[in-house]
Amino acid sequence: MRLLFIFFLCTFSLQAQKLEVGANKPYKTIKQALKASNNGDTVLVHKGIYKEGNIRIDKKIVFLGKDFPVLDGQKKVEVLSIHADSVIVKGFRVINSGFAALEDPCGIKVYNKSFVVIEGNQLDDNFFGIYIQNGRNCIVKNNTIIAYGKEEQQIGNGIHAWKSNDLQIIGNSIKGHRDGIYFEFVYDSVIWRNIATNNIRYGLHFMFSSNDSYITNIFRNNGAGVAVMFSKDVTMINNYFDENWGASSYGLLLKEISDSYIYTNYFKNNTSGIYMEGTNRIKIEKNVFEGNGWAMKIQASCMDNEIVNNNFQGNTFDMGTNGSLVLNTFNNNYWDKYEGYDINRDGLGDVPYHPLSLFAVLVEKNPSAMLLFRSFMITLLDKSEKVLPSITPDNFVDNAPLMKPLKL
Amino acid sequence: MNRIIKIILTDILKNKIVLVYTIVLSLLSWSAFGLEDNSAKGLLTILNVILFTVPLVSILFTTIYLYNSSEFIELLLSQPIKRNKIWQSLFFGLSASMVLAFFIGAGIPLLINAPNAVGLMMILIGCLISVVFIALAFLCSILTRDKAKGIGFAILTWLYFALLFDGLVLFLLFQLSEYPIEKAMVAVTALSPIDLARIQILLHLDVSAMMGYTGAIFKDFFGTTAGLFASFGLLVLWVVIPFYLSLRKFIRKDL
Repeated sequence: MRLLFIFFLCTFSLQAQKLEVGANKPYKTIKQALKASNNGDTVLVHKGIYKEGNIRIDKKIVFLGKDFPVLDGQKKVEVLSIHADSVIVKGFRVINSGFAALEDPCGIKVYNKSFVVIEGNQLDDNFFGIYIQNGRNCIVKNNTIIAYGKEEQQIGNGIHAWKSNDLQIIGNSIKGHRDGIYFEFVYDSVIWRNIATNNIRYGLHFMFSSNDSYITNIFRNNGAGVAVMFSKDVTMINNYFDENWGASSYGLLLKEISDSYIYTNYFKNNTSGIYMEGTNRIKIEKNVFEGNGWAMKIQASCMDNEIVNNNFQGNTFDMGTNGSLVLNTFNNNYWDKYEGYDINRDGLGDVPYHPLSLFAVLVEKNPSAMLLFRSFMITLLDKSEKVLPSITPDNFVDNAPLMKPLKL
Repeated sequence: MNRIIKIILTDILKNKIVLVYTIVLSLLSWSAFGLEDNSAKGLLTILNVILFTVPLVSILFTTIYLYNSSEFIELLLSQPIKRNKIWQSLFFGLSASMVLAFFIGAGIPLLINAPNAVGLMMILIGCLISVVFIALAFLCSILTRDKAKGIGFAILTWLYFALLFDGLVLFLLFQLSEYPIEKAMVAVTALSPIDLARIQILLHLDVSAMMGYTGAIFKDFFGTTAGLFASFGLLVLWVVIPFYLSLRKFIRKDL
């Protein structure tokens, strides 16, 4: 019986046909080909410009583009809607989706389906790029997504996932959207090797999404690099947070998040490297903070976070905070502003280091004081505060700072 | 006029104090770059030198030199030379020697160790600051005939701009923190040449932090090309106005 079943399966797959679409091919339009296709077929679209309005895929097919055929939504409709499991979409150029406040028209959208693969497409000037709504085990891979948003309200997200799980977002590059990648109620998913640049709001945005990882991504020059909010158990490894500049701009914004792990990331030239608010039980280990305005801003609402074995080099301020309560621990970090000594030569400084400078506190209270930064007067005040801490909390301290930077 | 400048220049260059100043500057600069592992920290040391040592030496040396050469000035006045020519030549001679000393002492290490926008900016601003404080010294020394008083004025002027002014600004900032004073503060910095110089260098050195909340306001003003020219223009005004006042006084003075 089982053999028969396998035999049946084989013949079934052998029967799968290839439907070709193009100017001098059997099918002139994509819609005709889709209508004629059955589950398991391949629809191969040749080079050309296809303005067919909304294209709806509701069979399990492989939808292939050759030499990047253009699917044009003419700024009116959603371009490609996927209403079937296990669809593969590969090699298209999807442009000009419509714009609507209520419906969120997309370049490519998956509706409540599983095992959909969206790979190697180019998306240009869409409202939302790729949208996975209530999807399972979907893969979004090696897509190039570009939009030209000017304001947050006028543009959607590059890759948007809502109420999904087990997604893989790999190797995409996203530019000029609102959020590069947006996760809301997404669980057990991985984001790997993506590049998000010049997005208006965040490079990557988590809301209520837990048990996810993002690894080896680059977030450059976005409104803020990554925002992780109202989530837990998020793993962040080996990402680059670069040049996220602006008044409320951060490399990594952590808000109401707990039990996460931040390991070997690289924060460079951000206004604030990491900004933490209401963040609990997070371990921040072996990261590099270089050339940031504030390496970390830890608000007094954070608790039980561990900051160990990081390199702090060339930052204007190592730390900033808004209160005097400190419930976090700092250990064995390298601070380039450390001026202590190491008599027993164990590589650890014998004098504790206070990473919070008086001037950082002053600036937090009165931002205009930034005007006086590096003036002789301020340097004098800072030095006297280091000797006798009176305004800065004295338990904001690294008791065993490293003498030499870690090789990271 | 050129001959007087030449005489003054050779006189100052023979003077050991300027030589020592040059050597100290170069020692400070070379060790700043040599001891620190990254050039950013070396730049910070030199920034402190520019904001602290350079004004002090410029203003003190010039004041003392002017008092010491009062006999020479009287001798020149007995010759058929216009008074403003004499005063201007003195100014140009002193400026040229101090700028030269700064350039050799701090400029060359800067050019070698930090040949970028920040380095160039620091050289330019260091030279300008030297000249500003020379002009202030001219004003101080013409105000009174008494040497001790004149030097006292000079030291007070330096103390005011290097320390007290920032203290006052800090005090004002916290007294008026309830008001939107960010833009007014930008105007206040124009009242101190050292602050003008510092902010101009900061915008290059701590660019990430300056992109923050109020930093952005300063950046919008000073960071643009117009702002750059405005702050350089203000620094030049800090040279022209004190010197012009002293010149007017010198022309009318009964020596």
